[in-house]
Amino acid sequence: MNAPYRIQGATGEWEVVIGLEVHAQVTSKAKLFSGAATEFGAEPNTQVSLVDAAMPGMLPVLNEECIRQAVRTGMAIDAKINAWSRFDRKNYFYADLPQGYQISQLYHPLVGEGEIEVELEGGATKKIGVERIHVEQDAGKLMHDQHPSFSYVDLNRSGVALMEIVSKPDMRSPEEAGAYVRKLRSILRYVGSCDGNMEQGSMRADVNVSVRRPGEPFGTRTETKNVNSVRFIMAVIEYEASRQVDVLESGDSVVQETRLFDPDKGETRTLRSKEDAHDYRYFPDPDLLPLELSDDFLRECRESLPELPDAKRKRYEQELGISAYNAAVLTAEVETARWFEELLAATGKTGPEVGKAASNWVISDLFGALNRLGKDITESPVTPAQGAELIGLVADGTLSGTLAKQVFEIMLETGDNPGKIVEERGLKQTSDTGEIEKVIAEVMAANADKVAEYRGGKDKLFGFFVGQTMKAMGGKANPGVVNDLLKKALG
Amino acid sequence: MSVDTATVRHIAKLARIAVTDHEVEALVPELNNILGWIEQLGEVDVTGVEPMTAVIPNQLRMRPDEITDGNVRDAVLKNAPVAEHGFFAVPKVIE
Amino acid sequence: MANLNDLGIAAIRDGFRKGDFSAREVADSFISAVEKARALNAFTVETPDHAIAAAEQADRDRSQGDFKPLSGVPLGIKDLFATKGVQTASASKILEGFKPEYDSTVSGKLFAAGAGMLGKLNMDEFAMGSSNETSAFGNVLSPWRRNDGGNAALTPGGSSGGSASAVSARLCPGATGTDTGGSIRQPAAFTGITGVKPTYGRCSRWGIVAFASSLDQAGPMARDVRDCAIMLEVMSGYDPKDSTSLKLDVPQWEAGLSSDIRGKRIGIPREYRIDGVPAEIDAVWEQGIQWMKDAGAEIVEISLPHTKYALPTYYIIAPAEASSNLARYDGVRYGNRVAPENGSLDDMYKATRAAGFGAEVRRRIMIGTYVLSAGFYDAYFNQAQKVRALIARDFQDAFKQVDLILTPTAPSAAFGLGETTDPLGMYLNDVFAVPASLAGLPAMSVPAGLDAQGLPLGLQIIGKPLDEQGVMNAGLALEERAGFTARPEAWW
Ligand SMILES: [Mg+2]
Ligand SMILES: [Zn+2]
Repeated sequence: MNAPYRIQGATGEWEVVIGLEVHAQVTSKAKLFSGAATEFGAEPNTQVSLVDAAMPGMLPVLNEECIRQAVRTGMAIDAKINAWSRFDRKNYFYADLPQGYQISQLYHPLVGEGEIEVELEGGATKKIGVERIHVEQDAGKLMHDQHPSFSYVDLNRSGVALMEIVSKPDMRSPEEAGAYVRKLRSILRYVGSCDGNMEQGSMRADVNVSVRRPGEPFGTRTETKNVNSVRFIMAVIEYEASRQVDVLESGDSVVQETRLFDPDKGETRTLRSKEDAHDYRYFPDPDLLPLELSDDFLRECRESLPELPDAKRKRYEQELGISAYNAAVLTAEVETARWFEELLAATGKTGPEVGKAASNWVISDLFGALNRLGKDITESPVTPAQGAELIGLVADGTLSGTLAKQVFEIMLETGDNPGKIVEERGLKQTSDTGEIEKVIAEVMAANADKVAEYRGGKDKLFGFFVGQTMKAMGGKANPGVVNDLLKKALG
Repeated sequence: MSVDTATVRHIAKLARIAVTDHEVEALVPELNNILGWIEQLGEVDVTGVEPMTAVIPNQLRMRPDEITDGNVRDAVLKNAPVAEHGFFAVPKVIE
Repeated sequence: MANLNDLGIAAIRDGFRKGDFSAREVADSFISAVEKARALNAFTVETPDHAIAAAEQADRDRSQGDFKPLSGVPLGIKDLFATKGVQTASASKILEGFKPEYDSTVSGKLFAAGAGMLGKLNMDEFAMGSSNETSAFGNVLSPWRRNDGGNAALTPGGSSGGSASAVSARLCPGATGTDTGGSIRQPAAFTGITGVKPTYGRCSRWGIVAFASSLDQAGPMARDVRDCAIMLEVMSGYDPKDSTSLKLDVPQWEAGLSSDIRGKRIGIPREYRIDGVPAEIDAVWEQGIQWMKDAGAEIVEISLPHTKYALPTYYIIAPAEASSNLARYDGVRYGNRVAPENGSLDDMYKATRAAGFGAEVRRRIMIGTYVLSAGFYDAYFNQAQKVRALIARDFQDAFKQVDLILTPTAPSAAFGLGETTDPLGMYLNDVFAVPASLAGLPAMSVPAGLDAQGLPLGLQIIGKPLDEQGVMNAGLALEERAGFTARPEAWW
């Protein structure tokens, strides 16, 4: 059990309390309420329909895929799915909000309570509660640096579907918050409901932070908006916690407010532009009816869920005999697990027989190579089938570990299959005792002095003879056979 | 419940409508007159009554996830009071 | 040949088919009537080119033997309907000059059915009003005058006042209206014409400038029941672009018209007898009851116990929805912008909306903002939605006993412009119309007679959800018995 995270103030210890509202862009071709495209990076105002621009008389029509994805996400965190939900309008004025309201869900969200288990350092785990997931529209974008007296408005994002995933105030350290966001991102990507791309803004968090004396009631919180990386989220928590401790210890009180993170300075500051927008006058959107989901729809959502990271990790440990560490690494990212499982399938084998070797090879050899090449697993120059073939060649004794590494390097360079490389370059490991005995005899003849020393009791020299034999055979000798024969020959 | 000048100013601010002192003075009795009248609803016993959701029984339909719109920048910007370089332009916002 | 302006929609359609006249002749006749009637201020924009183009197309089609449901019929379109390339301002300064890139579903259907557009019809700003005095483009005058020899300017009613005035003055054989809390029925009653508000969800709201989304419905305004049935058949229908649109086939209402209402049970709600309503209103109602009996219907007294709360309920829900619906008029993407020099974005919003909205619109936005604001939502808006459910339940209960309900349309005849200055007094105009709006029911107004001043009075028929046919059939039975032929004498 780790020691609890504490902030050492001048007057004693403080505990930090963290809740996160993560906005995750739902993976869909078209927007939540209009048929305009959602793709990232388009020319300004090209992915905008008359609905998104809130032209007079335009009306919203709900995109089924966005609801399906949000429901699947809820199911993935074991949350309560509300078969009856509805949309509300959140009213406020801003230039990035064409309708003058955001269609969101306050009173009856699509997804209710669920939870996410996170892994902490040292193997500990913790369950973080999820309060709700509701579906809502994204706003457009304002650009302030293009003109001396104007801000420019681009509505391409306006109306893109978001899931707002609201955690309970269950986190107590930057590490826990970081682990929560990483785990949430992993789940979203497994489910396929969000691409998790934080740089492009597909996932961003409102970070709610307060501090208190351990065991006391919650303090006043601040909300730092739109933080778009795990590192920044953790930085916001550290900064806000120590700022609030300073405020409290100097006898002031924390103001409940919205703040903005400045990544350059690593600081948060009061966000002025939305200061007086607290009264959102929520009410049910009269342009939409209550959303009632059928049992069939819900069943289809559940049946389409993939195996999720926690279940996968347990299965890897139990069925494949993979170490807890390796299983965690292999299941953290959906692409890694997918690659690994394709490789397993291509080996044609199951269970610990192949699991251990395959996981070790992926984590040490493949990851090492990808690291060197600066590529991620989806860009791997070696296919899962090729990896499986290589592992098979080791398992059947064709290749030694050393030879396998050699072959793998050639595979990375040429893209050739390992069998072909072994064939063409004669890299096959030999267990031919006659050939090995012949080489041993030559090695012993060339090192008669050392043979005498060995026979005189210098046991350490055995390794020397192994090395010389292997070297003379270009690394192709089966090391086990070499050992046995050497022992016999040296007496 | 009745409104005073401060409340009227607050509502006007929420609604983003500029009001002069004179207009505020005039609005206080006007709004109070209307509010006083609609408050009679408070006397209706609504125990166990669900607020109306659909005027006529009807179910929300969903549309398939297809790109059927957009790529109409000219139409989108056509009526804009100020549009530059493909953007709408508004007085500079300092965040 | 009869004066073409005197013909209604069915007569124009049929005469055009028979070859009695060309569509172009019809269009020209109405275009010149519109030009001569500018004193009524019924139109905010005249679009003779549109009417002529549609007429010429109809004439070409006719030579091929091709007839559409409204071939040869020119119409007026309320300014609340978006019309492609033609100013759509909702009679508001904030949208002056706005030319949408789209046609509303309803106006688009009318055009696709062969109708031409004579112009955009004046109305109360954003449909908020009952006298057409809130238009940024000036009051609409009723073509009617009192028979006292004076020439006091009268209201055509509102908010579809331009539509009512134009149809009544024979400037167009039919016009679109919209009805949120009586905006078709009350002006129809004031001007001696016929208007139908269909079941909520019958007509698509797509492309109609929103006032109060849960109440707004488009409908026809024309000279008689048959003409309304013809128009409504074209205007109605499922629209996937409106989530509240009803996915139902459109009945053949015109073919189904029958004034035989023998055996129908007609409810007379006792709560609609309210103090302070002129005796003439009661009298016309009595007359209507008598006509229904003559037609073989059975009269049943019914109770709609929450009637008294309908208006205050409406004046919470409609402004609340409007305060949100009108937030988009902010001077950013379209419409007029007022930006104080060196002002902030907020300064722009405030100045734009203060200058762009008229007094009644501002008042309703303020009320709507207040009833939704923190701490008041439950007491006002949520309470109103509950009372609304009770009002709808009253009707459901009543319709277990009766097929239709008969009431007066409005509590008075048309009043003089400028006569009603108190907002609450103005709101009372819709006391009989609003309950059906809150319940989403089909309802219509048919002219029933004249009061002592020679001004038209209307009767309202309210039906069960989707029973437009029953409503219009009863309307036809009244129409036949009322024999209403009075029309305003042209003074314009
Ligand atoms: Mg938030
Ligand atoms: Zn949100």
